[in-house]
Amino acid sequence: MLEIKNLHARIGDAEILKGVTLTIPDGEIHAIMGPNGAGKSTLSYVLSGRDGYEVTEGEAIYNGQNILEMEPEERAAAGLFLAFQYPVELPGVGNANFLRTALNAIRRSRGEEELDAVAFLKQARAAVKQLAMKEDFLKRNVNVGFSGGEKKRNEMLQMALLKPGLAILDETDSGLDIDALKIVAEGVNALRSEKFSALVITHYQRLLDHIVPDVVHVLANGKIVRSGNADLAKELEASGYVGLEAA
Amino acid sequence: MSSTTDAVIQDLAAQKYKYGFTTEIEMEEFPKGLSPDIVRMISAKKGEPAWLLEWRLKAYEAWLKMEEPTWARIHHAPIAYQDLYYYAAPAKAAPKSLDEVDPELLRTYEKLGIPLNERAALAGVAVDAVFDSVSVATTFRDTLAKAGVIFCPISEAVREHPELVRKYLGSVVPAGDNYFAALNSAVFSDGSFVFIPKGVKCPMELSTYFRINARNTGQFERTLIIAEDGASVSYLEGCTAPMRDENQLHAAVVELVAMDDAKIKYSTVQNWYPGDADGKGGIYNFVTKRGACRGRNSKISWTQVETGSAITWKYPSCILQGEGSVGEFYSVAVTNGHQQADTGTKMIHIGKNTSSTIISKGISAGKSNNTYRGQVKILPGASGARNFTQCDSLLIGDQCGAHTVPYIENRNASAKVEHEATTSKIAEDQLFYCRSRGLSEEDAVGLIVNGFCKDVLKELPMEFAVEAQKLLAVSLEGSVG
Repeated sequence: MLEIKNLHARIGDAEILKGVTLTIPDGEIHAIMGPNGAGKSTLSYVLSGRDGYEVTEGEAIYNGQNILEMEPEERAAAGLFLAFQYPVELPGVGNANFLRTALNAIRRSRGEEELDAVAFLKQARAAVKQLAMKEDFLKRNVNVGFSGGEKKRNEMLQMALLKPGLAILDETDSGLDIDALKIVAEGVNALRSEKFSALVITHYQRLLDHIVPDVVHVLANGKIVRSGNADLAKELEASGYVGLEAA
Repeated sequence: MSSTTDAVIQDLAAQKYKYGFTTEIEMEEFPKGLSPDIVRMISAKKGEPAWLLEWRLKAYEAWLKMEEPTWARIHHAPIAYQDLYYYAAPAKAAPKSLDEVDPELLRTYEKLGIPLNERAALAGVAVDAVFDSVSVATTFRDTLAKAGVIFCPISEAVREHPELVRKYLGSVVPAGDNYFAALNSAVFSDGSFVFIPKGVKCPMELSTYFRINARNTGQFERTLIIAEDGASVSYLEGCTAPMRDENQLHAAVVELVAMDDAKIKYSTVQNWYPGDADGKGGIYNFVTKRGACRGRNSKISWTQVETGSAITWKYPSCILQGEGSVGEFYSVAVTNGHQQADTGTKMIHIGKNTSSTIISKGISAGKSNNTYRGQVKILPGASGARNFTQCDSLLIGDQCGAHTVPYIENRNASAKVEHEATTSKIAEDQLFYCRSRGLSEEDAVGLIVNGFCKDVLKELPMEFAVEAQKLLAVSLEGSVG
């Protein structure tokens, strides 16, 4: 379970998050929607530990630990996964090598045995197949020369292999065509279980047709201004965000 | 870079050098300083013929008249040449077989990961172990002899194969070639000699492991590799030294000769002590390496991974004389702390249809400076010559420097010369991406750096590629948060 309590965060002098409070029980998928500049990406970066964001107040407790006090790699080991809005290119680093290094780092920190190359490739090939990706995906360099859709699929491949307890998807749907959107949705839906929860950040409702959320929150001006069920997303699609900040 | 990263870049004291131990062993040293008498003593100690002593003395005379080169982008206090020992060797008589090698020396090499016991040795790799001024052991000599390959200390080759040594020594790097080559020619004490006869493909990798141990002692090794028509060999050298507060001088010369259709692949993993976090101590590495592609369609390939030394000054080069001959230079140079590297290559195209490839990857961290300096020269007779050069620099932190100094001289209109260069930084978003997937910051840097160097690392013999990858990670330890 993730409990965010009264979270305030700033970049430089600008306060972006102004008291976010939110609870995601295990097994649930929550969506965060909101206008541009509301603080959606900031929330995902603060939760995953990116440098440059100062938390001034509040806490984020995941399975009993305040993750805000942890290094990004410790948060990953604790079960957090951030699917990037703009996945980063790593020239010369093979995708399979990257995935295996990451998986083994996480297994090591959990006290699990590392996977050898054969065992890893077996898992990786199965995941590639499930996500309808070409097998040469594993041989290519991480995100280098990937199309927008391929980069997002690669995020889903990483998520499928790292099997996080809590996934944060930061506008993973931006720039995707409908087929790629479905792949992302299938990636998330495949992980759905009592032990998995997700925070899906999106500007548009269309992703939520494929990943049906248990709860939808509206983030505006650094605060959650409304929460509701999946129908709230459809309502927003129709009426827009205008007027919500005052709510 | 983030503030935590900056803090750790400044805190380079965390840097580790795991080969910094010293070996306690009784040594024989000649008196300090350099003079004709010292040159004579070295030559006499080795039981050399008169022609070689004469050659050494000429080199000494030439050296006296020369001045230390100043064109490289390196800075150091003057080297006190008269304050150095020019010969230091374990006091016990030279061992005749591996069983007679001092156990303390065997333990030293074992600690360095180079077991000299043939049963424990890396399969398929023969090793010549050079300790300060002498070779202490050479493995698998019998196996090699059966194939007709000569692999022995050069001092032994002078005695056993004088005609070969006399024919080729100084034929690629003349005694008066440059300041440090002249010094080496006067006082070289040991090194490896390799001769691959006509048509023979050397059945195993050959390797020399250089270790400087003694204090205030210069190491001046000399390596000579000859591949006759149709012969081929892959050779690797490794080097380490103890951590000492004073700088130590290493001035080696390597000469390669490749005849018709011969192939020589020469790989270096250089890990001399780089000095401490404040830039104190470390090896001054002034090395002349050159290969002559004398025969048609011959090929010489240099691969180097340079992570150690306080100063590295070396330019492994190819003289492409034979028609259709090929020269290659693949280099990774890593500098951290206060290290300075000025390294690159020279490709001299003389014959028709000669081609050369240069791939250089420079990585700078800490307060270090890393310079690529390379020359591509196409002479008028080299019709159809081709060169491709790619120089990439990677910066870690904002207190280091990367410099690229290419010299291109083309005197044949039919030749093609291409040069590409890039400079990049390890981006904060790359590090965060890796860390959010569970990698520690240092593992992330290691992964990104290894990716950057991939085109070079894949040229290393497989047994050493993994070692080199680990070495890169260790060399950059403490370079980021």
